[in-house]
Amino acid sequence: MNSSRFEINRRTALLTSAAIAANVVNPFRAFAQETPRKGGVFNAHYGAEQRQLNPSLQASTGVYIIGGKIQENLVDLDAEGQPVGVLAESWEATPDGKTVTFKLRKGVTWHDGKPFTSEDVAFTAMNMWKKILNYGSTLQLFLTAVDTPDPQTAIFRYERPMPLNLLLRALPDLGYVSAKHIYETGDIRQNPVNLAPVGTGPFKFVKYERGQYIIADRNADYWRPNAPYLDRIVWKVITDRSAAAAQMEAGELHYSPFSGLTISDLARLGKDKRFIVSTKGNEGNARTNTLEFNFRRKELSDVKVRRAIAHAINVPFFIENFLGDFAKLGTGPIPSTSTDFYPGASTPQYPYDKAKAAALLDEAGYKPAAGGSRFSLKLLPAPWGEDISLWSTFIQQSLGEVGITVEIVRNDGGGFLKQVYDEHAFDLATGWHQYRNDPAVSTTVWYRSGQPKGAPWTNQWGWDDTKIDKIIDDAATEVDPAKRKALYADFVREANTELPVWMPIEQIFVTVITAKARNHSNTPRWGSSSWHDLWLSA
Amino acid sequence: MRILSLAGRRLAASIPTLFLILIGVFLLLQLAPGDTVDAMMAQMGGGDAATARELRRFYGLDVSVPVQLANYLWRLVRLDLGFSAIYGKPVAAVILERLPPTLLLMTSALSFAFFFGLVLGVIAARGVNRWPDTLISTVGLIFYATPSFWFGLMAIVVFSIYLQWLPAGGFEDIGVVRTGIWRVLDIASHLVLPSLTLGLIFLAIYLRIMRASMLEVLNLDFVRTARAKGLDETRIITRHVLRNALLPMVTLIGLQAGTMLGGSVVVETVFSLPGLGRLAYESVVQRDLNTLLGIVFVSALLVILVNFITDLLYARLDPRITAES
Repeated sequence: MNSSRFEINRRTALLTSAAIAANVVNPFRAFAQETPRKGGVFNAHYGAEQRQLNPSLQASTGVYIIGGKIQENLVDLDAEGQPVGVLAESWEATPDGKTVTFKLRKGVTWHDGKPFTSEDVAFTAMNMWKKILNYGSTLQLFLTAVDTPDPQTAIFRYERPMPLNLLLRALPDLGYVSAKHIYETGDIRQNPVNLAPVGTGPFKFVKYERGQYIIADRNADYWRPNAPYLDRIVWKVITDRSAAAAQMEAGELHYSPFSGLTISDLARLGKDKRFIVSTKGNEGNARTNTLEFNFRRKELSDVKVRRAIAHAINVPFFIENFLGDFAKLGTGPIPSTSTDFYPGASTPQYPYDKAKAAALLDEAGYKPAAGGSRFSLKLLPAPWGEDISLWSTFIQQSLGEVGITVEIVRNDGGGFLKQVYDEHAFDLATGWHQYRNDPAVSTTVWYRSGQPKGAPWTNQWGWDDTKIDKIIDDAATEVDPAKRKALYADFVREANTELPVWMPIEQIFVTVITAKARNHSNTPRWGSSSWHDLWLSA
Repeated sequence: MRILSLAGRRLAASIPTLFLILIGVFLLLQLAPGDTVDAMMAQMGGGDAATARELRRFYGLDVSVPVQLANYLWRLVRLDLGFSAIYGKPVAAVILERLPPTLLLMTSALSFAFFFGLVLGVIAARGVNRWPDTLISTVGLIFYATPSFWFGLMAIVVFSIYLQWLPAGGFEDIGVVRTGIWRVLDIASHLVLPSLTLGLIFLAIYLRIMRASMLEVLNLDFVRTARAKGLDETRIITRHVLRNALLPMVTLIGLQAGTMLGGSVVVETVFSLPGLGRLAYESVVQRDLNTLLGIVFVSALLVILVNFITDLLYARLDPRITAES
């Protein structure tokens, strides 16, 4: 792949789309082509501080939003959601899928002036992605070595076939490179650089005041010509969502990513001309709301009861009245934003039908007792967002109408994970399944049996199904993209038939950004991306 | 010298209490489901069992609870507060960073509440059951009944968004580097709204106490004597009544200095101030035991210190009470 030509096409496309956006915002300059303006400080909302900022060590949006501007990945996603080279210029895999060769970009230097080479890639892959990085350790489980015949070539060797399209879709999130010369001595986890990252990215780390702000400045030696445009990015730590909305309105913030404000504030700011409120640029961070069943409860181990529960809940009503435009009806574990794997809605679905729900429960042998109640269940909602809290109350009320009494037990983050995924002290649980561009990265672990006890967001339901296990294993090593897609359609069909987890709502994170921003939200993981082309109009 | 030995005795008497509090907090946090690794997994959005095991060993969570507690206490005896899991540095350093904003906020809010509570209390007492009293008491009750997060948000809406007089949050302006007096003024402008928000709630209590205690002292015999002597009313109030009426206020400030540390979680969160309250809240959510115990330890020390100063003030205000008794 000739990625430099690709780059030019992409940039032209982005500039054009920025010009269109500008026309919408400012009709008086409808025909004036805006030239990118250099300079300016961009103030971003940072809701939850992390323990470290190095994206080679922790895969989460809270790290990418900062570390992703300072460090770079081998590949990222372009405007169409296709892999595009960043630190890697090109790649190829052998037909058996066991060797993947990356050609690396020349003339790239770390922020401390040392050159970037294949040694850095090999070191990061073997010591960080394979050993420490969450999701990375699963992805790179069968990585045996990374050879470095010359400074611009890194050859990944796998014990089992690694589908190239899986690797390329995983690397935007799980392929950030760290500098070998900084991490080779001492304990990687305790390296002070984890809180003062050094990378090759468009912005250089300047300062981190815990609880207050993080600052990164323009990297004058950045490898992309004329980039970046901004002089400085300041991330302000604001934990209170309403206070963050107030700071947006007071002009002290330009940007709040990943649904960082309350649903009502998002709706309100959406009507204000000074801001753009949209899900655009977050397509790569799709998530589904879940309803997880514990098979250790006799009632829930019966598929009729699980289907009855799904039929009893009016999902379109919930979406329309509580989540508004920022959510849509889901059809299973692979969301519709995943163009490469979405199997359509032809798999088994469970539309709202109270009579059918009651009939299924009767059929399963759970007739209502004297008080109208069939049995009672304990529901544990995750504390990540207000949509989960609303959704759990809606489940409680809906199931009450078909004679299932639901008790809601709330916990904070650590408590929720412990009780659901380790102690299995739940009947129903609800949270988010975050889809990471390929089902093998984020999704199949929710269904594959044999997950170690205590691993969060995995199949801890007490359910195992040899049929789905086989589909999952076959798909993970299938190198033919078309066959892989077909296998994942089978996977969704089986998941929706057996319904160990129900995923009926699809959501994309919502961004609020100042209308002065240009070249924003132009890739599916823009909030996490490097912002090398972002600029602020006067 | 006498004060020093008194301070020493006070501290010695507080040590068993301090240890009981720390052990209590330690055990209470064990009751909460999940540990700091679970909290970290929640933040990361995923991780495998091997990583979790490795992290538990890294944070010293792979041993039993009594051993963890014993390790902690043994470190504490050597004045080592341990290592913070979420901050990746010594707890003492983390707390020291967060102490100044909290102390600044606490002092300014308490001084505001104390001063205006005193003045308004005196005015209310002098006009008892007439309109100034009714007005002051009603307004005070409204302040007292309003939740501080709402008060804070409304203050931001009015003063930062509409009027644009004051910053909406943060401890200082990040965009411009200021030094000397300009930095002081900048921090002060950031602290106006949070101090008022926190202070208004306490103001109501102070003015009620001041009013009641003024009314009580005004009826005592020595005030009648003073009046009989022919002293004018202002002199009676300032020289004779006020000083005696201040005792309950001083008691209250000693008690509330402790509450203020915890009470500022809400205000610090709304105004994005990097203080101890928010740190404590984060430590609980992240199950960072070392940091939480460190904060409890420092807060307890502060309360002991403030109460000691209160005792000294008693002696100063009322010579009948000596520091010894």
